[in-house]
Amino acid sequence: MDPVEFLSKLEKTTIMAVEFDGGVVMGADSRTTTGAYIANRVTDKLTPIHERIFCCRSGSAADTQAIADAVTYQLGFHSIELDEAPLVQTAASLFRDMCYRYREELMAGIIVAGWDPRRGGQVYTVPVGGMMTRQPVSVGGSGSSYIYGYVDSNYRPAMSKEECLKFTAEALTLAMERDGSSGGVVRLAVISEQGVERQVILGNQLPKFSTV
Amino acid sequence: SRASRKRECRIMATVSVCQYHRGGFSFENCKRNALLEADINKLGFSSPAARKTGTTICGVVYKDGVVLGADTRATEGMVVADKNCSKIHYISPNVYCCGAGTAADTEMTTQIISSNLELHSLSTGRLPRVATANRMLKQMLFRYQGYIGAALVLGGVDCTGPHLYSIYPHGSTDKLPYVTMGSGSLAAMAVFEDRYRPNMEEEEAKRLVRDAIAAGIFNDLGSGSNIDLCVITKGKVDYLRPHDVANKKGVRTGNYRYKHGTTGVLAKTVTPLNLEVVEENVQTMDTS
Repeated sequence: MDPVEFLSKLEKTTIMAVEFDGGVVMGADSRTTTGAYIANRVTDKLTPIHERIFCCRSGSAADTQAIADAVTYQLGFHSIELDEAPLVQTAASLFRDMCYRYREELMAGIIVAGWDPRRGGQVYTVPVGGMMTRQPVSVGGSGSSYIYGYVDSNYRPAMSKEECLKFTAEALTLAMERDGSSGGVVRLAVISEQGVERQVILGNQLPKFSTV
Repeated sequence: SRASRKRECRIMATVSVCQYHRGGFSFENCKRNALLEADINKLGFSSPAARKTGTTICGVVYKDGVVLGADTRATEGMVVADKNCSKIHYISPNVYCCGAGTAADTEMTTQIISSNLELHSLSTGRLPRVATANRMLKQMLFRYQGYIGAALVLGGVDCTGPHLYSIYPHGSTDKLPYVTMGSGSLAAMAVFEDRYRPNMEEEEAKRLVRDAIAAGIFNDLGSGSNIDLCVITKGKVDYLRPHDVANKKGVRTGNYRYKHGTTGVLAKTVTPLNLEVVEENVQTMDTS
């Protein structure tokens, strides 16, 4: 009879981000669970941090929402001080500082991606523990284990925006198929100099693979 | 001398460095409480259970605003402590909040945020927004790391339109068109997933929320009694308590009252008790 909410809400998730020439493509599933119950089947795990910087959240929903809110504030303040668009590396550093300092108390795996005028499209991964590293393609969350092989074999440097979108959507679909903690819809975001384009791929429109 | 200096060094080494408490809430007593709980259980006793609202609460966004719903049962372990408690709390004239979880936590949390929001509203000179209440609640609950057992459904209408949020004890929130919380949330969500449509009319939305809470009341042991509704639109709030008395108290078929004289009195003896005044103590009341 105990209410379900006392279990902490987790976004065990599958998240992914890919760099291309001119920007980044980010993707995530949409499932948030408390125990075996899906608390939110249409979660938006792609959170805006600044105009052209987003982050993908995985781990504890409460922790990642709180960290993202704090970093959004810090980055906004920093950007006003500079009177300039902030760097993606700055945002990633802010995430890393918070995730490392409070590593014992937090459970958060974050991928920071965006576009800035200095270095173009960049993807930085900040996994649990508080490491930060830049990668051309990064996957995260509980569903990522199932798609490392697919990502390693299908990624090619210098893909176009459309190829990256297809690559991300297919990888996420495969992960959602196999991981119980990932599911729902696929949310995609493309960040470039022109701005942010967001897409949702509903369940019946997901790419189809062989049904074994 | 060298010997005394050596003694000094040893004394220095045993002095422990005082660790300054760097802000934030101190969770040290939680470990102690857990140990005490284990000790009590070993002796065979159980610590007193906090009164929880087992509960079904839900909310839905419709064409002109939001409808919030709640049952009215409060439980203390396996006993119903309150058959008609009010779970829809006032936050501001245009924002109300349903609370599930530990009754004291939901009551106090909503009152604290309501008070702070009123001060904020006086400072800004504007009607408060639902997003502001959401942020205040999530930041407070995150600060207490889930130890405040308050699971809330926050809804209201402000200058940007109708909004509905669900807030979990650890401090995460979801902004959705329909939400359910509490032990009866699965039963209520089943009703919502079947019959929710965007942009419903008021009567349809009220019927949907009523049916969702009823599903919780009749299929969950932690929820029961009546259904309260709160309809919030731009400029008007209908607090319908109760909206539906789903569980009327039954009428007894037999009558156990007996007429005067049913039991015959055979004999009567009166024994006066002789009491002595031993000590008299007068305390004057200060009525100045």
